[in-house]
Amino acid sequence: MSETADRVKKIVVEHLGVEAEKVTEDASFIDDLGADSLDIVELVMAFEEEFGVEIPDDAAEKIATVKDAIDYIDSKQ
Amino acid sequence: MRRVVVTGLGMVSPLGGNVETSWKNIIASKSGAATITRFDATDYKCRIACEVKPADHEYGYDASLDVDHKIQRQVDPFIVFGISAASEALRDAGLDNMTEEERLRAGCSIGSGIGGLPGIESESLVLANKGPSRVSPHFVHGRLINLISGQVSIKYGLMGPNHAVVTACSTGAHSIGDAARMIAMDDADVMLAGGAESAICPIGIAGFAQARALSTNFNDTPEKASRPYDVNRDGFVMGEGAGVVVLEEYERAKARGAHIYAEVIGYGLSGDAYHVTAPHPEGSGGYRSMEMALKKSGLSLEDIDYVNAHGTSTPLGDELELGAVKRLFGDHLSSMSMSSTKSAIGHLLGGAGAVESIFCILAMRDQIVPPTLNLDEPSESCKGVDLVPHVAKERKVRAVLNNSFGFGGTNASLIMKAV
Repeated sequence: MSETADRVKKIVVEHLGVEAEKVTEDASFIDDLGADSLDIVELVMAFEEEFGVEIPDDAAEKIATVKDAIDYIDSKQ
Repeated sequence: MRRVVVTGLGMVSPLGGNVETSWKNIIASKSGAATITRFDATDYKCRIACEVKPADHEYGYDASLDVDHKIQRQVDPFIVFGISAASEALRDAGLDNMTEEERLRAGCSIGSGIGGLPGIESESLVLANKGPSRVSPHFVHGRLINLISGQVSIKYGLMGPNHAVVTACSTGAHSIGDAARMIAMDDADVMLAGGAESAICPIGIAGFAQARALSTNFNDTPEKASRPYDVNRDGFVMGEGAGVVVLEEYERAKARGAHIYAEVIGYGLSGDAYHVTAPHPEGSGGYRSMEMALKKSGLSLEDIDYVNAHGTSTPLGDELELGAVKRLFGDHLSSMSMSSTKSAIGHLLGGAGAVESIFCILAMRDQIVPPTLNLDEPSESCKGVDLVPHVAKERKVRAVLNNSFGFGGTNASLIMKAV
C-alpha cells in the first residue's frame, strides 16, 4: 500500500468513525462508509491540509471512493 | 386538560455521566468543582469550574455509549451531552423502541442557554488564522441550539413537535413547562424535555467574569466557591451538562404500566422588565412566577415540602430569591426545606432547570432533600429557612417547587408532585 493510501485511510477512519478494515480502496464514501455530502466536504478539507494540495470543488465532486481520493492526491504531488 | 407525568430521567452532570451516579454524589455532599482543565486558565480572574469528568474518572461521562464518534467530532459538547441525557431518559421510560404511530406523537423540546460557544470561538480562530475555506462544513448545525432536539429526533425517529427553548438560565425549566403544555394541549403524547450547556471555554469564562457573575475569590479552593446564601459568596461557578425528562400523557403512561415519577402540575413564567443581568430589587419577577405555578397547581403552600432554589451563589440574586420565597410562603416557611444544588454542580445555565427538576423528582422518590454545600455562615436573612446546610436531610417530600431565573429578567417555576 502506498504512503498516500495509508494517510488517506487514517483520515477517513478518524473523520467518519468507521473501522479501518472497512476502508478499502473500492469503498464508496457515501454508499459504504456512511458519509453524507458535508462529510465529504470535510474530508476533502482534511486531505488538503494533510497533503498540502488544493482540491477545487469540481475535482472534489468527482471523488466518490477512497481510490478516487488517493489517485487525485498522487496526481498532484 | 390532559394530565402530564414524568416517566423517564436522563442526566450528564459534573458529578456523574447518568442520573443515579449524579444523585448519589449530590446526596453524599460531593462537589464537582475543580481547576479548569479544558484550557489554560492561569491568567483568568476565574480559574475554576464544574466540568463534566472524563470517562476514566470515578464518576466520569462516556459519550461513546450513546453518541456516534462522527457526531462527537462534528458538534459542540452541549449537543453531545443532550443526546446522552435524552437517550438515558428514553431508555429509563422504556420508550427507546416506539412504533411509528407512537413516534408521530412523540417530540423534543431540549434547549440551551448559550449553545455552541466553544465551537464558535474555535472556528472563529480558524477563520481568522486560515481563512474561510478552512471553516468546518459542520460549523453551523454543530453549534445551533435546536440541534439537540434535531439530533435526538433523527436518532430515535421522533416526528412530533421539534422545539428548543432559549431563555438563558431558565431554559431547562421553561422547556419542561412548555413541553408539558404541548402534551396537555394534545400536540403530542410524549415529549423529551430539558436543557444542556457546555460553555467552559476561554470566551465563556472571560465573558461571564467580565460581567462580574463568576466567583473569583476561591481559585485555590474550588470546592468552596459555590456557596449560596453564605455571607462570603462572590459569584457562581460555571457548570456544564444536560438534563432531560420524558414527559408523557398520564392515561397513556398508566395504560402501558410505566413507572411514573411525578406529575407536572404547576408552571409559572414571568419577566422582570428591569435589567439585563440584575434581578428586580424586590424579587417581584421570581415571586410572580412562583405564585403563578402555585395557582396552576391547585396546591396550598403547606403541600410543598421542598424548593430547589435558583440560588446561584451571587451576592444579589440569592438574597432576592430568598426574600421572594419568604414572602410567598409566609407562615408555611418553617415546614419546608430549600436548598441549592448549584453548591455541588455549579450553574449549568440552560441545563440547570432540567437537572434541578430531576433532583426534585428524586427527592420525592427517596424522601431525602439534597444539601446546600459550604453554607458555613448564613446571611442574616436566612433566619427561619431550612436551607439544608452541608448534609442531605431525610424528610417527607410530597410536592416540590423548582425555580430558574435568567439574564434578561426571565423567570420560570415548576411544581411537581408524586402520583
